[in-house]
Amino acid sequence: MNTTNKSQLLIALAAIAVALVLPFVVPDYRIFQLTMVLIYSIALLGLNILTGYNGQISLGHGAFYAIGAYTAAIMMDKANAPYWSTLPVAGVICLVVGFLFGLPALRLSGHHLALATLALAVALPQLLKYKHLEHWTGGVQGINLLKPDAPFGLKLSQDQWLYLFTLAVVVLMFVLARNLIRSRVGRALVAIRDHPVAAEAMGVNNAMYKSLTFGVSALYTGVAGALSAIAVQFVAPDSFPLTISFFFLVGIVVGGVASIWGPIFGGFFIQFAPNMADYLSKDLTGAVYGVFLLLFAYVMPTGVVGFLRKLASKSA
Amino acid sequence: MKRLTGLLLVAASFAVGTADAQKKYGPGASDSEIKIGQTMPYSGPASAYGTVGKASAAYFEKINSEGGINGRKITFLSLDDGYTPPKTVEQVRKLVEQEGVLLLFGTLGTPTNSAIHKYVNAKKVPHLFLNTGATKWNDPKNYPWTMGYNLSYQAESRIYAKYLLQTKPTAKIAILYQNDDYGKDYVKGLKDGLGEKAKSMIVAEASYEVAEPAIDSQIIKLQASGADTFFNVTTPKFAAQAIRKAHDLGWKPLHILNQVSSSVGAVLTPAGLDKSVGLITASSYKDPVDPQWKDDAGMKDYLAFMKKYFPSADVTDVFNAVGYSTAQCLVHTLKQSGEDLTRENVMNQARNIKELQLPMLLPGIKINTSPEDHSVLSQAQLARFDGKEWKLFGEVIGGK
Repeated sequence: MNTTNKSQLLIALAAIAVALVLPFVVPDYRIFQLTMVLIYSIALLGLNILTGYNGQISLGHGAFYAIGAYTAAIMMDKANAPYWSTLPVAGVICLVVGFLFGLPALRLSGHHLALATLALAVALPQLLKYKHLEHWTGGVQGINLLKPDAPFGLKLSQDQWLYLFTLAVVVLMFVLARNLIRSRVGRALVAIRDHPVAAEAMGVNNAMYKSLTFGVSALYTGVAGALSAIAVQFVAPDSFPLTISFFFLVGIVVGGVASIWGPIFGGFFIQFAPNMADYLSKDLTGAVYGVFLLLFAYVMPTGVVGFLRKLASKSA
Repeated sequence: MKRLTGLLLVAASFAVGTADAQKKYGPGASDSEIKIGQTMPYSGPASAYGTVGKASAAYFEKINSEGGINGRKITFLSLDDGYTPPKTVEQVRKLVEQEGVLLLFGTLGTPTNSAIHKYVNAKKVPHLFLNTGATKWNDPKNYPWTMGYNLSYQAESRIYAKYLLQTKPTAKIAILYQNDDYGKDYVKGLKDGLGEKAKSMIVAEASYEVAEPAIDSQIIKLQASGADTFFNVTTPKFAAQAIRKAHDLGWKPLHILNQVSSSVGAVLTPAGLDKSVGLITASSYKDPVDPQWKDDAGMKDYLAFMKKYFPSADVTDVFNAVGYSTAQCLVHTLKQSGEDLTRENVMNQARNIKELQLPMLLPGIKINTSPEDHSVLSQAQLARFDGKEWKLFGEVIGGK
């Protein structure tokens, strides 16, 4: 283990320690917000694997987020499934849907792929209202869920428990993503992004890798969606507007493209930037949000993580 | 004499004592303040409705500048939820758990309110005068802390049913409706209102999906049924298509158009004003552009209020009148709550509004609520389109 790895591990452990203390010092409603930050960071990590490391742009990840959320909601509502069991199912469903969607769509590249994924995000909310699916999805009324209590008689509030549960999922998903990125597979993904022809020449099966990446990316976002349904206790077609796909893209750029830590910062931005905009002006929420984005683009063109790296290298 | 003074003193101190004991406060209320929370779509797809929240805020500002409610100033926290349910949950939790508001007021939207319905009832927070027309908010048995405000879709339908039973009991009715909860609410209301005669009077029903590009085939089918009355339950784009198509086919039924699509600018103008002559709809509000209210005291007050407290707004936008009226309804409830500003008492007072008339509601419309009935607006008057504007006719009709 070299020094960079060591210091990274230390930072990670410190971050986890802080994250473990937080739910015991802030009120329940703040815990709920932080849970949403964690959930967004999982979704962003998924999109970052696709866009940051593999160079494919998706404007449709809101759709996978919705599929994950509805999987959890339907399992809990119709089959009384325990909440934790919905995460792997949501992940696998999104993996399969993402992979199948990826097979034909990834023959497209660049802008064309972005358009194809956009179609997915546009279509999904309407499909959820479709009358033959209404029995399952609850139509426009959506589905109400109950929040899980802490198990084993632990003296934790529902919010504290769900936060800690989500944190465990985050750590697991981040460790898996890091290992994936640093493996042979990860190097192949980056090679495809940087030079597809060279990658092909080295024996990388571009089409297969790209489809799989799309599937894995969807899996992450689907797990995040399932967690969001459990945390919010409600899903409806209006919970997943088109903008959520854009927010995800904004989140990875603000956090730092192609970085493992970026999604955490992106999660904070998605969660709190609209609240700040509302706080500053009710008439110009959109404009204020736009100013935030411009500020980020100018001050931190490589995202929060890139900015921190620059600071660190300057002080070193 | 001394004894008398002593007695008086005792009596006086007793009186002061009881007065103090009567002052009871729940979260968010104090001697100087009443804290009220709200979520509104100030951003996102439904941001056009945001003006409802701003008009309410302006009205509370007016109340505060006139001394507040029984000496207490209103602190109105209206937060943006972008019309997305997850954000509504977050903001409402902030209002209830962090800000500690006394009550939630005028939260806008059906999906958004659905997301917090269980939460506010579990927390026992008054969830008052919601800006949405769904019928489900009037369910005091299961959700005793929730109370809608708008004339519900079903109530509006029952008003049309009453009108038809009175004036055209042999009508052959064809219904076109949007295939979702909104459309089905209207159809249910009409059938309930017609009662036993529903089976014989309704001769045809057709529905459409929001995603459909056009509804011509449905109109042709409905015309072929031989109906002489057309109940048009459609959202603006489809309403305009239906009016035009019915006219072009030469079908001339008694055409009832739901309030949702009664906008002259957004629906009747694109459909063709000449083709819209004779349409009937229901309304509960005084229309600021209707010249008959030119000298009406309520309208004058409203216009003066808008000029002073919300000058940037479009006074002709009926949503401002809605925000103004709901705020007045809340101020009435809080005044009636007196010195007992607990959540329980405010909710009780909201359930006991009697014969309240608001200046921007049509004359004759009265608000009555009870522990068994959580519907606030339940009356409307019919109006007929004369090619230029809606002309009110007949009496105010109740939809309960």
